[in-house]
Amino acid sequence: MQELNVMPETQNVPMPGAAFEPAIVAFVCNWCTYTAADLAGTSRMVQSPNVRLVRMMCTGMVDPKYIIKALLGGADAVLISGCHPGDCHYINGNYKARRRVKLLMEILPRFGIDARRIKLTWVGASEGNEFAATVNRFAAEIKELGPIDTRNLPLL
Amino acid sequence: MGSIARIEVTNGNPVAALQGFCARLLADGEISAVLAPRRLPVGGGTMPALVADPEQFRDVDPLAPSFRLNAARMLTRLTRGADEGGLVAALLRPCEVRAFIELCKLNQGSLENTLLVSLDCPGAFANADSARFPGNQGDTESLLGFLRAGGQGFFGGVKVARACRTCQHPTGAEADLSIGIFGQEPAKGLLLMANTPRGEGFMARLGLPEASDDGSRAKALQGLLEQRSAAQERLFAETTAATSDMTGLSTFLSACVNCYNCRTACPVCYCKECVFLTDVFEHKPWQYMSWARQRGALKMPTDTVFFHLTRLAHMSTACVGCGQCSNACPNDVPVMELFKTIAASTQKAFEYEAGRDPAEAPPLSVFREHEFTELTGGPD
Repeated sequence: MQELNVMPETQNVPMPGAAFEPAIVAFVCNWCTYTAADLAGTSRMVQSPNVRLVRMMCTGMVDPKYIIKALLGGADAVLISGCHPGDCHYINGNYKARRRVKLLMEILPRFGIDARRIKLTWVGASEGNEFAATVNRFAAEIKELGPIDTRNLPLL
Repeated sequence: MGSIARIEVTNGNPVAALQGFCARLLADGEISAVLAPRRLPVGGGTMPALVADPEQFRDVDPLAPSFRLNAARMLTRLTRGADEGGLVAALLRPCEVRAFIELCKLNQGSLENTLLVSLDCPGAFANADSARFPGNQGDTESLLGFLRAGGQGFFGGVKVARACRTCQHPTGAEADLSIGIFGQEPAKGLLLMANTPRGEGFMARLGLPEASDDGSRAKALQGLLEQRSAAQERLFAETTAATSDMTGLSTFLSACVNCYNCRTACPVCYCKECVFLTDVFEHKPWQYMSWARQRGALKMPTDTVFFHLTRLAHMSTACVGCGQCSNACPNDVPVMELFKTIAASTQKAFEYEAGRDPAEAPPLSVFREHEFTELTGGPD
């Protein structure tokens, strides 16, 4: 079976003069932000194509290791997005996610990973417009920041 | 301030006095066995042993500056779900007590089933240096010199481990009972202090002569802490400078062979099955090829930085700074330096201190609706 290569080689060899296109991995919860992303898509809202969504049942199951792995493995930024406080389908998964992001914000910037490359947002199921805006804003920010330097690190 | 008693030392031999103290503990009807460091037959140093026969205390040596492994994990095995009724008295270093408290919070052991006895800890030698110190081979004079110096300086040409030289919690005040050594003349007598109601109960029954604190211990402790704080600041500054970017961090870890000894030796890394032993991050050949092409070269085995960063995220809030990670490293990677530095900032971020208080919940086990709202930058 052919493996799906999420980072096609051609993407890593930019054309001379071509603008930098960031790769952003987004962990979104099934109940709120993924539904919002679906809504944004079906409503034909214009969204930056730099984001790769990973649908999780809840942001509460996004272990820090997945965020770290993404940032070491070639992602220029990671977005974690779930239900607004009080709206979690599993009552408190989003609060757990918030503590874990808080923890990573204490660790990763100490090693030179810009804190702006990790973003936590709350986007409710009905907020398709908010999702599109979040993604577009984030992609623009990361474009401005430039590629993450782990991309060239020989030791992962 | 709890009550204080005196442990008399005869013939200038504090180790024999503590062997006698262990025998007294075991004679108490409530204690079923004593977990204490016991001299190894060869190579010098000690390993924890569970002693049930008073005859066997002859090889017990709680003062030897040998710290082959953190005994907190051993004590969890003896206390978790114990139903025999008796208590295990455990003679532990302060960092072992604090690791045990962390493990109890994670339901790995039980404070109910143990009497924790700790001591003023001048530090211990790294395993590789342990045998070079004559005091670890049973030489009382060397040991006395070491205790009087509070572990500061060179002994047999070596210093105590860097984790110990930078330790800020050398007194074992978190234990039920603690043995006072700092500022005492170890050839004459040591102090025994009760820190908890359980400790007070045992103190009353042990029948040791009462003693008073003349302030010499506090003075010696203060001097020691001043030196250690300065050493810790140097450690933080050095490590932060060396790992300020990802290139620095990967250079810092470049000797790592992914043996995971640091994780095995870590007292608070308690998962039965570590994710790094599973196939969660098992990569296909094309993945390695793709990374190598992208980067020009790829260090094998991969996921070294990933492993250490993940461990920092998983357990730095529970790190007690015992230094067993560096002790277990076969390639002298300064693991302790990295973990101690990061743990200081992650624990501060959650206003938490590992091992300080059994009632304090681990930061990642609790959460509130309204907190850290600055992370999302919105009203909620």
